Amino acid sequence: MSAPLLITFDKVWKSYGEGEARVHALAGVDLAIRRSEFVAIMGPSGSGKSTAMNIIGCLDTPTAGTYSFMGVDAGRLDRNRRALLRNLYVGFVFQGYNLLPRSTAAENVELPLIYRGVAARERRELAMQALAQVGLVGREHHTPAELSGGQQQRVAIARAIVTRPTLLVADEPTGNLDTARTHEIMELLTTLNAELGLSIVMVTHEADVADYAGRIVRFLDGHVASDTLKAEEAA
Amino acid sequence: MIWETVRLSLRSIRRNVLRSFLTLLGIVIGVAAVIAMLTIGSGTTEKVKADISKLGSNLLVVRAGRPAGPGGPGGLDQAVRPLAEKDVAALVAHLSGARAISPASQKQVRVIFGTESLTSGVTGTDSAYLDARDWKLVSGRPFSDSETRAGTGVCLIGETVRQQFFGAGDPEGEIIRVNRTSCKIIGLLEPKGYTGFGQDQDNVVLMPLHAYQRRIAGNRDIDNIYIAADDRTPTTELQPRVEDILRDTRRITPDRDPDFAIRDMTQIADAMTSATTTMTGMLGAVAGVSLLVGGIGIMNIMLVSVTERTREIGIRLAIGAHEKHILIQFLVEATVLSLLGGIIGILIGLSLAGLASMALTIPFAPSPAVVLLAVGFSALIGMVFGFFPALRGARLDPIDALRHE
Ligand SMILES: Nc1ncnc2c1ncn2[C@@H]1O[C@H](COP(=O)(O)OP(=O)(O)OP(=O)(O)O)[C@@H](O)[C@H]1O
Ligand SMILES: [Mg+2]
Repeated sequence: MSAPLLITFDKVWKSYGEGEARVHALAGVDLAIRRSEFVAIMGPSGSGKSTAMNIIGCLDTPTAGTYSFMGVDAGRLDRNRRALLRNLYVGFVFQGYNLLPRSTAAENVELPLIYRGVAARERRELAMQALAQVGLVGREHHTPAELSGGQQQRVAIARAIVTRPTLLVADEPTGNLDTARTHEIMELLTTLNAELGLSIVMVTHEADVADYAGRIVRFLDGHVASDTLKAEEAA
Repeated sequence: MIWETVRLSLRSIRRNVLRSFLTLLGIVIGVAAVIAMLTIGSGTTEKVKADISKLGSNLLVVRAGRPAGPGGPGGLDQAVRPLAEKDVAALVAHLSGARAISPASQKQVRVIFGTESLTSGVTGTDSAYLDARDWKLVSGRPFSDSETRAGTGVCLIGETVRQQFFGAGDPEGEIIRVNRTSCKIIGLLEPKGYTGFGQDQDNVVLMPLHAYQRRIAGNRDIDNIYIAADDRTPTTELQPRVEDILRDTRRITPDRDPDFAIRDMTQIADAMTSATTTMTGMLGAVAGVSLLVGGIGIMNIMLVSVTERTREIGIRLAIGAHEKHILIQFLVEATVLSLLGGIIGILIGLSLAGLASMALTIPFAPSPAVVLLAVGFSALIGMVFGFFPALRGARLDPIDALRHE
């Protein structure tokens, strides 16, 4: 692995509550992910996967320890600087799609570009390109209610990649989809990873979904229990 | 970016038509009330101004009696010495800066023609009266100097008197009875309409002063002297000259109060207009309070809107919206909403004022400044009352917001 480091967790803690009720969602996580990696995060419910994802995506900050994003100590940045990091480098895909319900597919995809100050015409072009990449040509003007779950998740992926981010953060992206749709989405993510060099960190509960990734990190009780590269697994 | 946001907010307003309308109602009513009040108010002011200018512009009116404060009517006290012809003569001889000087005495008197009768304001005066009061004749001629001097039985009548006795017909040359004397109509006065106090200015008969004094009043008193200033002389300058001359002829030493009062109609006009302006302002302020209530309505609905759209805010924040983007979005929405209410309110307010001015027979006087002010003010209300809800939205934690159902 010669690619530069994208993110590093250095003894990261994330705790909630006070005194007796204090919960450590993350308890001293050490983790490093390089550019263009495709990492699957697995682990039992409540093991801290989503908490870690929020920190990776610069939505949240650690209680203790250091989280660096592209060499920047992102845990110490204020919320507007983190918003800028997200806007420039991170795309999000959620389990529940999280599209704006009353906007069309194209409008949803254009949204991050509005916050980047991209001009209307260029926005439209980029949105069409992104929708084409996820195989949704002809559905630009449908609202989420008029699209299937798989199609909605494709719109969400188009929205995540329309800014050409460095990192795609996906928390259970196939959690709401049937097997056939799940594999379509995973093929899509694999292609994006391979062809664009997009780094992907993805949480999943399903082993066959995790198999698409090049590396599997297992969480247990707020720390990393195992970290396996696919090549080693095969050997 | 801003245009994008305006479009977005218009869409969300359209999506909730009923709710948006109810929210707007407060602003609509507030703005409509303010606009209607101010427009009707300035119409009234214009009407009062017009009424007062009908009394004659740049006019001083002298009457016997002690002055009761500046511009106010002189208190008529019984023991007072009336004005006399020598006072008029002194003014005519010595006053500079006057266009016309005219004595006048008035009385309500029964006027009869054939079997019809009418109680009219009968004025005894001279030929300068028409000039002093800016009054014109529709037909006929004024009294000649010799008629004035001799007190011939001739008269000029107002439009109301003509209608009562002659309908639309020509009154010239007809003989009417005024009190127990008869006089020949030699002219018809231009109609002046009602004053703001409901007095019919056309129910009048003018006759030579001497005829009036001899046959109607039974004395040689003069009630008023009308003095019209010429174009170069302000009434404020003329007034002290009049006082000096009258003190002199009436032999009142400077250490005593004069026994006559000089009213400046221009000052009265100013006082009246400033009174109606104050009234208008007060009514406008009361109406303004309802605007405040409208603003609270906006705040309420924006808070609801922010709560409802917590998840949307979370999504926007996650994909890179800056705090200020969210703030602007909701601020623009509140502003667009209350601007919309303001514009509807202006239309309604102007219509109401239009109807009211028809009903009250006052001029319809919409003021562009007031309309602009209302637009600006309603936008301001949106911004002020939208700010707190918008800030609340902008400060949401993206993770909590995304988890919100
Ligand atoms: N905002 C919070 N306040 C208090 N406790 C929290 C909060 N967020 C997470 N936790 C706790 O932190 C722990 C880890 O939560 P997290 O959501 O990261 O788990 P997860 O691995 O994503 O689980 P799942 O597979 O069910 O999504 C849980 O015990 C959870 O109760
Ligand atoms: Mg989770």
